[in-house]
Amino acid sequence: MPIKHLSLFDLQIPECDGDILQIKDLHFSYPDGHQALKGIDLSVCEGEKVALVGPNGAGKSTLMLHLNGILGENSPVSIAGLDVKKEHLPTIRALVGLVFQNPDDQLFSPTVFDDVAFGPLHMGLPEEEVYQRVEQALADVHMTNFGDRLSHHLSMGQKKRIAIATVLAMQPHILVLDEPSAGLDPRSRRSLINFLKELPITMLVSTHDLRMVEDLFPRMVIMDDGKIVADGYSKDLLQDEELLEAHGLESP
Amino acid sequence: MNYSPVALHIPDGFLTILVSLIFWLITIIMVGFAVSKTNRSLGEKQVPIMGVMAAFIFAAQMLNFPIAGGTSGHFLGGALAAIVLGPWAGILVMTAVVGIQALLFQDGGLLVMGANIFNMGILTAMIGYGLYRLVIHQKRGIRLVVAGGGAWIATMAAALITSLQLWLSGTTRLEIVLPTMLGVHALIGLGEALITVAALAYIEQTRPDILDVNNPAREGGRGWIVSGILISLLAVLVSPLASGNPDGLEKVASDLGFLGSGLDAPYQLLPDYTIPFLGDTAISTILAGAVGAVVLIGLIVLLGRNLRRQKVDDN
Amino acid sequence: MHVDVFDQYHFTQSRVHDLDPRIKVLITVLFILSNALLPDGSWPAFALAWLFLLIANDQAGLGLGFTFKRSAVAIPFALVAISAIFSPHGSPLAVWDLGFITLSPTDLGLIRFFSIMVRSWLSVQVAILLVATTQFPDLLHALEHLRLPRTLTTIIAFLFRYLFVLTNEVFRILRARESRSAGLPGVKGGGSLPWRIKTTGSMVGQLFLRSYERSDRIYQAMISRGYTGHIRTLNPHHMDRRDWSILFISIFLLVIIQFVGWVR
Repeated sequence: MPIKHLSLFDLQIPECDGDILQIKDLHFSYPDGHQALKGIDLSVCEGEKVALVGPNGAGKSTLMLHLNGILGENSPVSIAGLDVKKEHLPTIRALVGLVFQNPDDQLFSPTVFDDVAFGPLHMGLPEEEVYQRVEQALADVHMTNFGDRLSHHLSMGQKKRIAIATVLAMQPHILVLDEPSAGLDPRSRRSLINFLKELPITMLVSTHDLRMVEDLFPRMVIMDDGKIVADGYSKDLLQDEELLEAHGLESP
Repeated sequence: MNYSPVALHIPDGFLTILVSLIFWLITIIMVGFAVSKTNRSLGEKQVPIMGVMAAFIFAAQMLNFPIAGGTSGHFLGGALAAIVLGPWAGILVMTAVVGIQALLFQDGGLLVMGANIFNMGILTAMIGYGLYRLVIHQKRGIRLVVAGGGAWIATMAAALITSLQLWLSGTTRLEIVLPTMLGVHALIGLGEALITVAALAYIEQTRPDILDVNNPAREGGRGWIVSGILISLLAVLVSPLASGNPDGLEKVASDLGFLGSGLDAPYQLLPDYTIPFLGDTAISTILAGAVGAVVLIGLIVLLGRNLRRQKVDDN
Repeated sequence: MHVDVFDQYHFTQSRVHDLDPRIKVLITVLFILSNALLPDGSWPAFALAWLFLLIANDQAGLGLGFTFKRSAVAIPFALVAISAIFSPHGSPLAVWDLGFITLSPTDLGLIRFFSIMVRSWLSVQVAILLVATTQFPDLLHALEHLRLPRTLTTIIAFLFRYLFVLTNEVFRILRARESRSAGLPGVKGGGSLPWRIKTTGSMVGQLFLRSYERSDRIYQAMISRGYTGHIRTLNPHHMDRRDWSILFISIFLLVIIQFVGWVR
């Protein structure tokens, strides 16, 4: 079945200049030749909560790694007006809070405190401010007394929250999460969803969890085979069973 | 919980302060070098790579394989770490492993840690890498054989040095500890060699790009080769010398004016042990091991030279 | 099996727990050094050292026998030192003719052997006390303060952090191996030695690759949070008056022990 490609201009979303994230025609191939991104156009405005869905191998993670310059150091991506270029990377990495799928990769310091402090510390902030930011970030994720805990003592749900805290401490403009609800039991998942609901920050979240999309994300972007095939209101797209099925998704 | 595989972790109290100090000095210098060298070779990634690799070595030491009748072989990993990550990174990784084993599990003492790090981390890395580096441009089969041989010799060398340290500290009698240590570790070393080869083969097959050998930045070959071989030769040749020439050592000991017996002298350079006439079994064990290793090294060197000559001829 | 076995820290509210970690590390090392300096056979001094240890145990709120109970670790290596009993020094106490070798334990040899054992035993116990009263991250801070290169301390930190993750992976691999190693009734299972070695080797190789790839992801996480090659850490320990006084008291006690050991 042919993949439908939509261009940005077909969108019904209220006018937005892409003031937080702007991508124009992004292409990317891995060293082994595999072309992962075949012309991505995307823009995200402040305050938006956007879900990124698509089958495995669509290029979602590859796209996310471009948002803070881990892949593609000079690319047509701009964050809050700053182009992703070598000299902007330190700032961009503070602006984009990227949280990986596996919290064990994100939490690499001896204690929770150390991990949450890592970001602000490496931003060069003075010690006192680092302490303040850690306190604030832990409070934001409702885990205030966890500073002294050792990471491996935490449950999966707790680790995921601390992982988010590690980037919140850098006060990013956009939170980019890769499969946040994967591996969580129903209670932790519900807890995470509620938490994300309250968080007043721009979000781009890649997920397979379409029920969470329905619950949390007004806007939905469908990716397949390195391209964006749909970008619109979640409530509309989620009704389009044909479209969903065509891209390996199931209606919730 | 004592999970420690190889019986090489010397506890506190078994080495004299002098011996501990000497090896601390060597270790501190080598580790100091390693810290600056890895910065150059691995760059920004050095800390996460070495950190996780240290955890890997530690975890790998828990993988045992049954040999026969209830005994099992274990893995030390010094040679593999050096071959895959490069000698300096290998040293740092093993230093961390030995350090944590001593700190957290009291496997190995704190004062004698310098010696333990040298024996299990630095010596094995030097020998393992030194020998491997010699045949780095050879065919896969040869490289794997040398890697295995290097791992075996490294294990034997570690056992030898440990025995010598214990003897120099007056903790053991050389003619008892040396054959035992060498004998036991000849078998353990075999396991080490085989696992090293199998693991290396697996890694080469799946992710050859990872291997240190492919990175042009990590040169410095000649020094490693020379010191690696020298140490290997030393390791193998000293043992028969130590037992075969008792008069010589006695003379050296008395010339150095070592102090009288135990109670009055905390610092004994060489204990006044007369080495009695060894039974035939002891000598033959040591000689067999020595001959085997010398032959192995000889073959490797000859092979290496031969192949290089062939290459030159082909060009 | 939950990998909590690697956690050696025992939490209690105690004076020792509250001490600055640097002090604890220093006192531990000095104690071991002091024992090493004592001459063989200085039993009164060794007894005083043991008393020092007991006091430390008590002050740590962990019970007098805490370290004693856990100190069986050094025993296997004791076998190595047994040959010291047969030292050629001193007067022989017996002669054992075993055919290929003649052994005679001597009085000095016995003294030497037991001195080694006592020193070793004391050292193991004080090390156990150190890790039981000091959380690992604090130990790291102590090492950093004591000028260990930051690269090395960070490697140790990562080792500790990922120890649990990787050993869990090892258990998983071992379980998988076990479940595939069924033996038919009447037939000895396990496979040939070469096969076993090859499988162990590939398990090691697999573990290596998983670890290496994990280190890549960790690196990405690090640079996402601003890491550029230079590790920064906070070391939130400050020495207060109590730390200094405990340090000086300990040194004083150790000097007394040395005095007792050397004066005959």
